[in-house]
Amino acid sequence: MRYSVFSLARAALNGHKSWPQAWRDHALRDRYRVIVVGGGGHGLATAYYLAKNHNITDVLVLERGYIGGGNVGRNTTIIRSNYMLPANEPFYEHSLKLWEGLAQDLNFNMMVSQRGVLNLYHSDSQRDAFARRGNAMRLCGVDAELLDVDGVRKYAPLLDFDNARFPVQGGLLQPRGGTVRHDAVAWGYARAADRLGVHIAQTCEVTGLVIEGGRVAGVETPHGRILADKVGLAVAGNTSLVAQMAGIELPIETHLLTAFVSEGLKPFIDGVVTFGAGHFYLSQSDKGGLVFGGDLDGYNSYSQRGGLAEIDHVLTAGIAMVPAMSRVRMLRHWAGRMDMTMDGSPIICTTPVENLFLNGGWCYGGFKATPASGWCFAHTIAAGEPHPLNRDFTIERFRTGRVIDEKGAGPRPWLQ
Amino acid sequence: MLRIPCPCCGLRDETEFTYNGSAEAPRPTDPEDGAAAAAYVYFRANPRGWHAEYWHHAQGCRRWIKVIRHTVTHEIAASGWPDEDLPMPEAAPNTGKAGR
Amino acid sequence: MSGFRASTGLFTDPRRPIGFRFDGHAYQGAAGDTLASALIANGVSLFGRSFKYHRPRGLLSLGSDEPNALVELRSGARTEPNSRAPMVELYEGLVARSQNRWPSLRFDVQAANQLAGPMLVAGFYYKTFMWPRSFWKSVYEPMIRRAAGLGRATLAPDPDTYEQAHLHTDVLVVGGGVAGLMAAASAAAAGARVVLAEETAHLGGRAPLDGEEIDGAAAQTWVDAIAAQLAADDKVRVLTRTTVAGLYDHGVARAIERVADHLAEPPAGQPRQRAWTIRAEAIVVAAGGHERPLVFPDNDRPGVMLASAARSLLTGYGVAVGRHCVIATTNDDAYLTAYRLVDAGVEVAAILDARPEPGPEAARAAAIGLRVLPGTAPAGVVGSKSVRAVDALELASGGGERIACDALLVSGGWTPAVHLTTHLGRAPVWSDTLAAFVPDLPKDGPIFVAGTAAGTLALSDCMTEGRRAGLDAAARAGVSGTAPPRPPAKALEGAPPVALWQVPARGKAFVDFQNDVTAKDLALAQRENYASIEHTKRYTTLGMATDQGKTSAVNAIGIVAGLRGVSPAEVGTTTFRPPYTPVAVATFAGHAVGKHHAPTRRSGLHDWHARHGATFVEAGQWLRPQIYGKPGESMFDATMREVRQVRSAVGLCDVSTLGKIDLFGPDAATFLNLLYANAFAKLPVGKVRYGLMLREDGHVFDDGTVSRLAEDRFFITTTTANAGPVLAHMEYAHEVLWPELDVAMCTATEQWCSIAVAGPKSREVLAKALPAFDVSADALPFMGVREGVQDGVATRVFRISFSGELAYEVAVPWGHGEALWTRLLAAGEPFGIIPYGTEALGVMRIEKGHPAGPELNGHTMAQDLGMARLMKTSGDFIGRAMAHHRAAHDPDRPVLVGLKPRQRDQRLRAGAHLLDPDAPKTLETSLGWVSSCQYSPECGHWIALGLLKGGRRDDGGVPRRVVAAYPLKNEWVDVLVVDPCFVDPDGSRLHA
Repeated sequence: MRYSVFSLARAALNGHKSWPQAWRDHALRDRYRVIVVGGGGHGLATAYYLAKNHNITDVLVLERGYIGGGNVGRNTTIIRSNYMLPANEPFYEHSLKLWEGLAQDLNFNMMVSQRGVLNLYHSDSQRDAFARRGNAMRLCGVDAELLDVDGVRKYAPLLDFDNARFPVQGGLLQPRGGTVRHDAVAWGYARAADRLGVHIAQTCEVTGLVIEGGRVAGVETPHGRILADKVGLAVAGNTSLVAQMAGIELPIETHLLTAFVSEGLKPFIDGVVTFGAGHFYLSQSDKGGLVFGGDLDGYNSYSQRGGLAEIDHVLTAGIAMVPAMSRVRMLRHWAGRMDMTMDGSPIICTTPVENLFLNGGWCYGGFKATPASGWCFAHTIAAGEPHPLNRDFTIERFRTGRVIDEKGAGPRPWLQ
Repeated sequence: MLRIPCPCCGLRDETEFTYNGSAEAPRPTDPEDGAAAAAYVYFRANPRGWHAEYWHHAQGCRRWIKVIRHTVTHEIAASGWPDEDLPMPEAAPNTGKAGR
Repeated sequence: MSGFRASTGLFTDPRRPIGFRFDGHAYQGAAGDTLASALIANGVSLFGRSFKYHRPRGLLSLGSDEPNALVELRSGARTEPNSRAPMVELYEGLVARSQNRWPSLRFDVQAANQLAGPMLVAGFYYKTFMWPRSFWKSVYEPMIRRAAGLGRATLAPDPDTYEQAHLHTDVLVVGGGVAGLMAAASAAAAGARVVLAEETAHLGGRAPLDGEEIDGAAAQTWVDAIAAQLAADDKVRVLTRTTVAGLYDHGVARAIERVADHLAEPPAGQPRQRAWTIRAEAIVVAAGGHERPLVFPDNDRPGVMLASAARSLLTGYGVAVGRHCVIATTNDDAYLTAYRLVDAGVEVAAILDARPEPGPEAARAAAIGLRVLPGTAPAGVVGSKSVRAVDALELASGGGERIACDALLVSGGWTPAVHLTTHLGRAPVWSDTLAAFVPDLPKDGPIFVAGTAAGTLALSDCMTEGRRAGLDAAARAGVSGTAPPRPPAKALEGAPPVALWQVPARGKAFVDFQNDVTAKDLALAQRENYASIEHTKRYTTLGMATDQGKTSAVNAIGIVAGLRGVSPAEVGTTTFRPPYTPVAVATFAGHAVGKHHAPTRRSGLHDWHARHGATFVEAGQWLRPQIYGKPGESMFDATMREVRQVRSAVGLCDVSTLGKIDLFGPDAATFLNLLYANAFAKLPVGKVRYGLMLREDGHVFDDGTVSRLAEDRFFITTTTANAGPVLAHMEYAHEVLWPELDVAMCTATEQWCSIAVAGPKSREVLAKALPAFDVSADALPFMGVREGVQDGVATRVFRISFSGELAYEVAVPWGHGEALWTRLLAAGEPFGIIPYGTEALGVMRIEKGHPAGPELNGHTMAQDLGMARLMKTSGDFIGRAMAHHRAAHDPDRPVLVGLKPRQRDQRLRAGAHLLDPDAPKTLETSLGWVSSCQYSPECGHWIALGLLKGGRRDDGGVPRRVVAAYPLKNEWVDVLVVDPCFVDPDGSRLHA
C-alpha cells in the first residue's frame, strides 16, 4: 500500500488494521543471483538499487541481527557533501542529490532536513584550508559559502562569541547539508527493496563464505548453505572479520565513536554546526533532542560502548562551542563501531576473490554516503567493475600509496 | 576510562596516555622493499579479541609500553616494555554478550 | 484526586512552612517536601501535558523514573526544563511552570491533537508529509519542529559552576536502601574502603517508607543506626543526592552529586553539581527497582498513580493522595499501600487483585475490613483531569462494576533497576519465576548485585543479599573479613505475582506515558513487521523519552511477547545506556569552560609583548604576537612596516614557541640518521642543519633544525604545532624501533627562550649586545652555532635565517628572556630595531619560498617540496621505503611553485584552486591549489606559494600561466608560475 495522507486517513478508519508489513519475511531459496551480506543502510540500499537500476531482483540481504541495527541506527544523522578531494566530492554530492529525492523515490518519509552544515574555523590557516575545500565544492557545482564571524553569528547565534578560548573567526557553510531520520533510511530502503522482490532475512548470520577455485559461490549460515552468483559484503564495523573469511586482510582498524542525545527541547539550534577548535558537532532532531558527538575514543575496539575520557572531552568541547548547553541534560550516549581506513576514505571495490565485492571502511562518514554507496556498490556488483564515482575507492590504493587522505593525518585512524 | 598498568608507574588513567596502534607486526627491515612497507603501514589484522598495542605514557614517565588488551571487553591481560614478549591469553575473558 | 496533608511524614516538618509558586500560583509546602509532594498536598493533581496528544497528566511515580510530572524549574539563566517534580526538593521561593501547553495547563489548545489521534499513530510521519515535495521544507518540517520537544532551554550564560572530583575505593555501593546499607556496612566491617552513593537525600530506600520493621523496631531506627555507624567510619564515604550515572571500563564509575540543587542557589564557593570519577575494585549495585503501571484504557489520567508512590507520599511526606482510593495490583506489594492508607484514615474503597487466588495478603486485608476483588483489574477510569470512578473488570467473566474513587493506585509489579549492571555489555536475562529481567553477572565480580535490583523483594532477603554482596565485593578487592549477621526482618510469605501486561479492554491504553505510546501502537509495529524490540522501540519511540522507559519498557516487552506468542525472554530488552538519569552537560565539563576550555601557553616574553601593543594570535595553545601595531595602523600596514624594517635594518621576533628537544648519547648521530630523511652523521660540532622528518608512510611530518653542540649532544627544533608529536615520535623510534641505541632525549621547549634577530644590521646588534661572542662572518658563518656565557647567563647563538636576511637566533634560559630582549632592543636602537610578529614572519618566509604549515599539511612528500635531493640514498630512515614507493613516482604529483598575478594589482588568496586556463573549470581538472599567500612589499605585489601538477614549466622563457580560482568569492585571477623564492634567490644576504 502506497504511503500518503490519504492512505493514512483510510487506515485510521479501520484502526490501522490494514497496513501490510513494511518488509516481509520469506522462506529462503537455495540460491540467489546476488547475496548482500549486511542489512544495514548500505546493504539495503545496494539491494534496492540492484533491483531498481540493474533489474536484478533475485537478491537476498542477510542480516545477523535486526535490519538497521548497526551504524545506520546509531549515528548522528548528518548529511553533507563538503569534501575537498576529487575522488570524494562527486561521490558525496551524488549521495546528497539522491537524499534530496529519496522520500519520494522510496515513498517513505525519512525527513531529509536541509537546514545547513556549518564548519567553524578559528584561525587564518584553518580558513584557508576550508576555502580550498569550499572552492573544490563550488568547482563541482556544489553549494558552499565562506562566512565571516558576522555571518556565523547570524546563522548560529548561540555560539560563544564573547568568551571563547579559541574565538570563532568564521565558517564554511553548506546550506544543502542537514540531517535525516536515520532508522527510517534502513526501513525505507528495506520496504522499497522488498516491493521490488528482494528477500530480507534477519537474525541470519553469515558464518562463512563458500569459495571454490578463487571464486565465491555462496555463503554459509546456521540455516545452511545458500548459493549465489555474486556476493557483496556491506558489514561496516565488522568488515575485517568478514573479509577474513575470504582470506583478505584490509587497511582497516575498528574504532569507537560515541554519540549523544539530550532531553527533548523546543527549538534550540537550527542547522548542524561543527567546532573547529576541538572535535564536536551539534544538531537538533525533529523530535527536539540535541544530537551531538565528537572524536573517536582512540583505541581499537569492537565494544559499541564509549569510554568516559572521551565523553568528558566531547561534552567539554560542546560547552566551549555553545555555552547555552550548560544546563541542557544529556539523556543517553552510545557508541558505534567505525571501520577506520588508513586514509579516512571508504572502500567499494572488487576483491581478489572473483564475484566477491566489498563495501566498507566508511570511517565516521558512512551515513551520509548511504544512497551513493548503495548506488555504486550495486553498479560494481552488477557490472563486475566500479562505477566512475567509486573508481578510486579500492584496496589497491593502499598497496601503491595512492591514498585519498582528506585531512592529511596519515595512517593513524585515531588522528583522522 | 581505561586504567592502564604502566610497568614503571603502576595503574594509571587512560587520559595520561596516548595510543599508537597495533604492536603486532614488526617494522620491515629492508628500506628498499616498498611493498613490505605498504603492508606494514596500511594493513592491519584488526582482531576482535586480544590485541597487542603500543601506548605512550606521555603525561607520566614518558615511556612507551606494550599492552595486551581485549578489543571487546577492554580487559587488559598484560603490559610491559616494547621489546617484551608478552603472552597472548588463549581464551576470551568471560564477559557474556559484550559488544552485541 | 484531591490530595491533602494528613500527617507528619518521615521527611517533612509541617511546622516549617515553605512558600513556592507553580504556574504563577503561590502555594505553601513543608520543610522536607519535594515539589511533587507539596503540590499534591495542596490538592494539585494536574502537572503537565503529554508530548504528542497533549493529554493532561498528573504524578505517576515518586522517583527519578517519573514520566509525567515534568516541569520547567527556576527562572532566567537557571531555568531547567523537564525537571521531575518528585526529584525537586522544595526550597523557599521555588518557582516552577508546567510545560508543553498553550495558553495554560488546564486549557491547552493543542489538546485538539487528540481529535486527530486516529491519524497520529506510531510512525505516521513516515507515511505522509511527502507531497508536494517543496512543502516539507516550508510547511511540514517547521510545523513538526515547533511541536517537538517538551521544555525550553535557557539561552543565557549559566551563572553556576561545576566541578570534577575523584575517588579511589575498594567497594562502591550504588543505592542506600537496606540492601545497599547492608552491603556498605558489611564491606566496611570486613575492612574495605567503601563509597556509598544514594540518589535521594535520604538513606533507607523503600523499607522505612513501606512501614517495615527491622530488628523489632521501625526500619527507620535501624537505618539511622547504620547511617551513624557508616558516618563514624573513616574508611566509608556516604554521598547522598548522588546518582551513579554510568559504569565504565576497569571499575570506573561516574557519579553526579547534586550539591546545591536543593537550594535556591549554590552557597558561595560551592558548585551546583559535582561529577565524581570513582575508581572501585568492586561494585555493588543495589539500585532498587521501578514499580510498573498497569496498561488499561485511560490509565494516564491524573489521579492514577503507582501504589508505591501513594504510599511514600503518605509515610515520607504525610500527604494523602485522595480520600477514597482504589488499589489495583498484580502482586502483594500494593497491599502495603492499603495498610498505610487505612492507618492514616483514608478510605480504601476496593483492592482489585488480578490474581484469581490472591493469597495471604488478601486474607489479611479482608480481615481488617477491606474489600478485595480477586481476578479483577481496572478497565478504565471516569474523569479526564481527575479520577471520579474506576471500572473494575472481572478478567475471567468479562463482568464488572464501577467503583467511585478519587485516586486509583496501581501496581503491575516491580522491575529491577538493572541499568548499571548492563553498561559494560552484559544484557539482563528473563526470569520466569520473578517475571522480570534480572542481571546476568559473573559470580566472581567485579560487579555484584543485591536487593530489588536483583529481583528480590522481601526485606529479609534484600538484607541477606546486601551483606553477601558487600563481603564478596570486599573479597574481590582483596579485603577478606567478616561482618555481623543481618538483623531479623520480615520474610516473604505471600503469593507470587501474576504477569498482566495489558488489561483486555477497548480504549487508549498508554504504555509509555511521556511519548504517548499506546498498546495499539505496539500492535501496529508488530503488524508492520517492526517486530524486533529494537525496531518496535524506534518505530513507536517507546522508551526514548527522558525517563528512557524505566516504567514502560517491561510492559512493552510483555505486550510484544503476547502479540508474538513468545516468552519475554525471546523478545529481550533494548540496550540500556548511560546515564541512568539525564545529566546537565556542564557537570561533565567541570571547570574547563570559557577561557579555561584549554590551557593557554605564553612565552616568557608575553608580558613585554602585551605592554608594547602586540596583537596576539592563537598558535595551538600558544599566544604569539601577530603584529606590534601603532595607534591607527591597520594589520596590513603594520605588517608591511615590520617587514620593511627587518629587510632594510633589523628586527627581532620571539620564536620561543618553537619546539625544542635535547638529544644526548654516543649513538645520537646514528639515531638522527634513522629519524630524519637527510644525513646527520657527518654534521660537525658547531654546525646547524635543516632537518626533514617523514612519517612512516613517506609523507613529510615536520621540519626544523638540528644543531650539533658536541659529538654526543644535539639540539633539535620543531615547528610550534608539532613540538609534542615530534618528541613522542622520537621516543617511539628509540624505545620501540631501535632500543639498542644509546641515546636519551627530553623536551627543552620551555627551558630556552629564543629570539630571532634578523636584518642586515643584525650582526652589529649582536656584536654590541653579546660581547662574549665573536659573531663575525668568519667566526660564525651561516648555519653555525656557538655556546657561551654572557654576563653569567648560558647563551646560545645560532646563525640561521627564516626571513632570508642575515639573521641569528639567540637562546637563553626562559627566565632571562626579557633581559636579553631588552638588551637586544637597546643595542639595536641606533639601527632602528623593531619587534616583529608572526604576520611579518609569514610574509618573509613566503618571499623566500620556505614551506611551512600549509605546505607541510600531511599530503606532501619531500620531492613535492623540491627536497628530493635532501634524502639519503643509502641506509634506513623512517619513511624511506614509502617515500620511494609507487605513488611517490606519479608524474602528476603537485609540486611547490611560486605564483604571482599577471596583473600586478590583483590579489591572490590561499585556498584558491589552480586551473588550466583552457580546460573546463571543474574539480576533476584542478591542477593544484594556493597554499600560502601574502602581499610582498619587496616585490610590490601579491605573491603566493602553491602546489601545482607539472610544476614550473617555463615555455621558452615564458612562465606557465594558470588561473587561481576562488569561486567562493567569484574570483578568477590569471597567475604566472615562478620560482618559489621571490627574494634574494642566490642567498647573498643570508651568507653576508
